[in-house]
Amino acid sequence: MDASVIVFYVVSVLLVLTSLMVVFMRNVVHCALALVAALFLIAVLFLTLNAPMVGILQVLVYAGAIMVLFLFVIMFLNPTALEPRHRLWWGLGSLAALILAGGLAALMSNGESLADPVAANEAFGSPEMLAKSLFTDFVLPFEIASVLLLVAIVGAVVLAKREP
Amino acid sequence: MVTLNHYLVLSAVIFAIGVLGVLARRNLIVVLMSIELMLNAVNLTFIAFSRFLASMQGQVIVLFVMAVAAAEAVIGLAIIISVFRHRRSLDPQDMQLLKW
Repeated sequence: MDASVIVFYVVSVLLVLTSLMVVFMRNVVHCALALVAALFLIAVLFLTLNAPMVGILQVLVYAGAIMVLFLFVIMFLNPTALEPRHRLWWGLGSLAALILAGGLAALMSNGESLADPVAANEAFGSPEMLAKSLFTDFVLPFEIASVLLLVAIVGAVVLAKREP
Repeated sequence: MVTLNHYLVLSAVIFAIGVLGVLARRNLIVVLMSIELMLNAVNLTFIAFSRFLASMQGQVIVLFVMAVAAAEAVIGLAIIISVFRHRRSLDPQDMQLLKW
């Protein structure tokens, strides 16, 4: 067994476990902490896939900014009442999720698996290459994303503002 | 040897877990978190394809997905705060004013 295979299996088992904890924990704060762990594990997978820049941004933006926002809202609203368990919904939801997972996995493992073409290229996934692609081919989407973030900021302030 | 299919199957499983959270949970904050989980599963497929097809475009798309996810989380949480202020509840079953 290769070291990368062991890393992949350990990380993916932990990732599935933490994702299940996000869905099955009853306390919202526990869900949020499990989601932080899952995001960190996905960042580790990004690092193993030659995407160090995206992995760092995943930790900074997701585990840093977005999850702090979630925890802040949980603290702000302080939802003390535990949600009721609906057996029917959980059964139907689990059935749908199982069918979806089975179908997607069958579809995705259907084709020929690609070999490893970029093992020799050291620069792949470096910030330089990412920036070159981002600021040449994807300039317009980049600008649109900045406008979208501005709209999101203004919208959040307007929505969450206390009415006089 | 970890192949592309390993990553694709893993992200399919994570996506299905996120779908389960959206379908079965009765708490708006956890529903939003499950959506984040689904977005991350899709990001994982993008990064895996980018690696195995040796193309940077997948990684750039993931950056855009992150920006949209941040905007979505901000707006979603603002709506949740605003709804909670009116209804004192986070249960999506209580929000059926438009349902007939």
